[in-house]
This record gives sequence, structure tokens and C-alpha cells, in this order.
Amino acid sequence: MSSLPVSTGKQLGLVIDLDTCVGCQACATSCKEWNAQGEGGPLTDTDPQGADVSGPWFNRIHGYEVKREGRSDSHIVNFPRSCLHCAEPACVTVCPTGASYKRAEDGIVLVNPDTCIGCKLCSWACPYGAREYDYMQGVMKKCTLCVDRIYNTNLEPEDQVPACVKACPTGARHFGDLGDEKSAVSQLVKERGGFDLFPEMGYKPTNKYLPLRARRESHAAGVQPLAKPDGSVMEKLFAWADQLLRSSTTTALVNPQDNSGKLEG
Amino acid sequence: MNPAYSIIFFTVSSGAGYGLLALLGLAASSHGKASSAGFALTGVGLALVLIAAGLLSSTAHLGRPERAWRALSQWRSSWLSREGIVAIATFPAALGFAATWSGLVDAPLWIAPLGILCALLSAATVYCTGMIYASLKTIPAWHTGFTMPTYFAFAFATGSGLLNAIAFIFGRFQTDAGRFMAFLTIILVFTAIVLKWLYWRKRRGNRGQYTMAQATGLGEGVRQWEVPHTSTNFIMKEMGYQMARNHATKLQRLCMILLDIGFFTAFLSPRWPWLVFITAFTLLAAAWVERWLFFAQGEHVVQLFYGKDRV
Repeated sequence: MSSLPVSTGKQLGLVIDLDTCVGCQACATSCKEWNAQGEGGPLTDTDPQGADVSGPWFNRIHGYEVKREGRSDSHIVNFPRSCLHCAEPACVTVCPTGASYKRAEDGIVLVNPDTCIGCKLCSWACPYGAREYDYMQGVMKKCTLCVDRIYNTNLEPEDQVPACVKACPTGARHFGDLGDEKSAVSQLVKERGGFDLFPEMGYKPTNKYLPLRARRESHAAGVQPLAKPDGSVMEKLFAWADQLLRSSTTTALVNPQDNSGKLEG
Repeated sequence: MNPAYSIIFFTVSSGAGYGLLALLGLAASSHGKASSAGFALTGVGLALVLIAAGLLSSTAHLGRPERAWRALSQWRSSWLSREGIVAIATFPAALGFAATWSGLVDAPLWIAPLGILCALLSAATVYCTGMIYASLKTIPAWHTGFTMPTYFAFAFATGSGLLNAIAFIFGRFQTDAGRFMAFLTIILVFTAIVLKWLYWRKRRGNRGQYTMAQATGLGEGVRQWEVPHTSTNFIMKEMGYQMARNHATKLQRLCMILLDIGFFTAFLSPRWPWLVFITAFTLLAAAWVERWLFFAQGEHVVQLFYGKDRV
């Protein structure tokens, strides 16, 4: 049914910590691995072993650089993007067949691969690029929130979480009921000021993103600006010694007093 | 958006078919039985052929065309589903209309109701088609008040061009009725010209209302640093269509020139009736160019995650 459930008390989703994510791609590869063989699979690729491999992924990690005005440094933000299991997903309501649906019991948005006609309109309706078409199967694919793991009692209790959450080595991904204000994930969102992606679209995403924590400027203290060359004898001596050391050792030398992280030269 | 030819052909061909059918229905509802069975059957027949060809073409766009019938089930929420239902409902109505209007079935009292029904169903289908695109918030270029009237203007203008051509073949355009038909075409083409002129004027200099800062929630000063893929993915193929600005300007100009030719040939057609063929052809060509541009210039907000600064 493409019509949305009147209400979903429970609203399962993810909380993604942009401050902690290191961009290692473990969540993305683990997702692809699980979903290529799980209940929702296969997740086919065209030219899988070739140079021009292409296929649907439910989770993609963008990298953004954020440079704030008035700061000399910038931040690299690793930005995992997957289905946000919105409360009001237009991808579901535009579906002409009812293959796309939002579950009343837990709010998960799914596609039934047996009734999808592959019209792709749902992917047009999604502002987040969460839905990717499977060219081999002719149907739309998307994140299932690992519905075949989270309720799977054949798995150990600690494995009954989405594959991406299980795989994350830094604990940047949290899974839980965001419809329940008292849940650990809801508390985390409150505590860290979690935000919605693109709220202007009005889809009311369930998944939340935790912002970067405030950082001191990396050039703030302790780094003296380099002196300008003055052509003195001492400088020439050091330059000669430097050259000598450089050619005699293969390891790059880092000035121990320079905490800018830049390699010399 | 990727301008898929199956969808461009569908919206242009079916649009013209529904426009033609609606005009025939309206004409018949006020004039009664057709002047000749040939005229009625050719007119409705051409409309149905155009509609059917368009619908078939649209199923070519599907990953699983054999399941297309399932698309008729979600009329409660989906404009695409509604479009499918009214598009198909038009067929029995049009067949009934053709039978009575042509006189093959002698039921003159049914001509007007069936004609009006055909016009209403045709208009409803064009409305649903327009709403599929106009309702998508994700494509700001489509989510405007222009989309719906433009779909109507092009459907009826192309339909009117075809109507004049058929009327000419059956000797109807050369009568007094021809003046009114030409006048109608002029009004419709003029509407299309004004709509596209205003729309393209509005687009010029519009840097886009949404930013990468909004989409990612990362605020001002954000830029793409690393892409989330190793090769072109579906989102990029489907929604990453980029067109050079001067290329778009050229095509906009071409569309306007074609519409202008349609306008002037329609204007002169009461004097030189054979011009109706040029009008019909140029209007269809203009609709094709307009629809191609409609898709190619429809930027999707997902591009904001994929490195575009503004959409």
C-alpha cells in the first residue's frame, strides 16, 4: 500500500555521529555484503569483476570539507548517507503499485521486489538519493534497516542490529527506536543536538545526524611562524646539513615542534 | 534529469492524442453528428493511436513491463496510478463516442454526453501527467505553477494542430468552421508561447533555492571533498544530467521558433488551408523540444549531496 500508516508508535532508525565517523567504508561494505546474500538480495552489479563495476549500494559515504568563515583551518566530514526511513516519505506515496510501503509496526520503509515495476518514480521523489535501481533485476532497491537481521532470533542478540551498525569500528552508528523519547538513541540525539537532513523537503526523516563537536583551531597556539630567510652563514650551514640528512635517510622528517601535521619540504 | 526518450515520446504523443480527443468531444457535443463517418473515425482513431503508442512507449521505461497492470492499484496516493486509470478509462469512452458520433451506432442523444465524457477524461489524464511532475518537491524546476498549464497548453495546441489537418483532409477546414479552428489554434499556441517565455525568463539568473549547506546540514562553507563511489552510479545517471547553458539556450530558441512558425501558419491557414500540415508538424516538433528541455533542465536536489553547490 502506497498510503502511509496513520501513525507508527515505534520508529526504528539510525543515529549517525559525524564527529566520530572516520570514513573507513566498513558500514558500506558490510551493508553490501549482507544485502547481496540476505533476504533482500541479490544486490547485483553490472561488470562485477571488471574495471567499470556499477550497482546499487544502500549506504554511501560522502566526504565534505567544511571551512568556516574566520577560521584558518577546515574540517573533513565523513558523511554516510542511506535511507532515512522518513515519517512522511513521498517515495512511498508516489509508488503506483504499492510495492513501496512504510511498515505500521516499526516505520521501516521497504520495497517489495516481487511487485515493483521498476518505474523509478520513487527514486525521483527521494531528495536523499537513498533509492538505487537494480538494472539487472529491473526493480528498485533500498536500505531495509536490515529487517532480516534485527528480528532474526537465529542470530546472537548482539548481532540483531543492522549490518552497518555492527561493522562500525568507531561506534559512530547507533540503532534504536526514535519514536520513543526515552530510548538511548533519542537521548543521544537530545544530548548532542542531532539534526535532520534537508528538513526543507518536509519528509520528516527518522534517522538523525550528530553534528561536529567544537574544536579549537589547529594553528591556534604554540606554532611560531617560520622566520624569513636572511641569507646568513648559519642559515646556509643548516641548509647544507639539512640537504645532507635528507639524502642520507629515507624516512621523512617531521619537525617535532611543528604540530600542524605537515611534512617538511 | 536524464531525458529518457520513452517518456518524452509518451508525454508528447499521448498529450497530442488527448488534446485531439478532447477537442473532438467538445466539438461534437455542440454540433451533433459528424459531417462524415470518415472524419469522425479518422479523428478519434488518430487520437487513440497516438495515446496507445505513447502508453506503450511509457511501459518501455519500466524495468518490469509485464507487471505494468499493478500500477492501477494505488490511486489513493499516487498520481502515476491515477494517470494509468484515467488513461485506460478513456478508451471505452472514446470507442463509444466514435461509434455514436460517426453514426455507425445510431444514438444521437449519446453523442454529447460521450463527447463531454471523452473531453473530461482526456483533461483528467493530462492533469494527472502534469501532477506527476509538478508534485515532486525534489525537482524545483518542475515544482512550480508553470508545469500544469504548460502540459495542458502543449497537449491542446498539438491536438488542435492535428484536428485542423484532419479537418482539411475531409474538406471541413475549408468551410467557415475553419476560421474558428484556426482561431482556437492561435489562442492555444499563443498560450504555450507566453508560458514558456515566462518560465524561461524566470529560470534565467535563478541560481537555485536550495544549497549543499542546507541538504547536508553542515552549514555555510561546505564543499565536496570525496565522492561516494568508484564508478558512475544510478543516481548520477538518472539525476545527474548536466547540459551546457549555451546548448539549452539554443534549444529554447529552437522551441520558440517552432512555436512561432506554428502560430503564424495557423494565422494564415484560413487563407492558405494547406498550411495546416506545417502547423501540425511544427507544433509536434516544438512539443518534443520543449519536453526534452523540461527533463534535461529539471535539476534534482540530490545533486547537492553529489557536489553541486545550488539547485
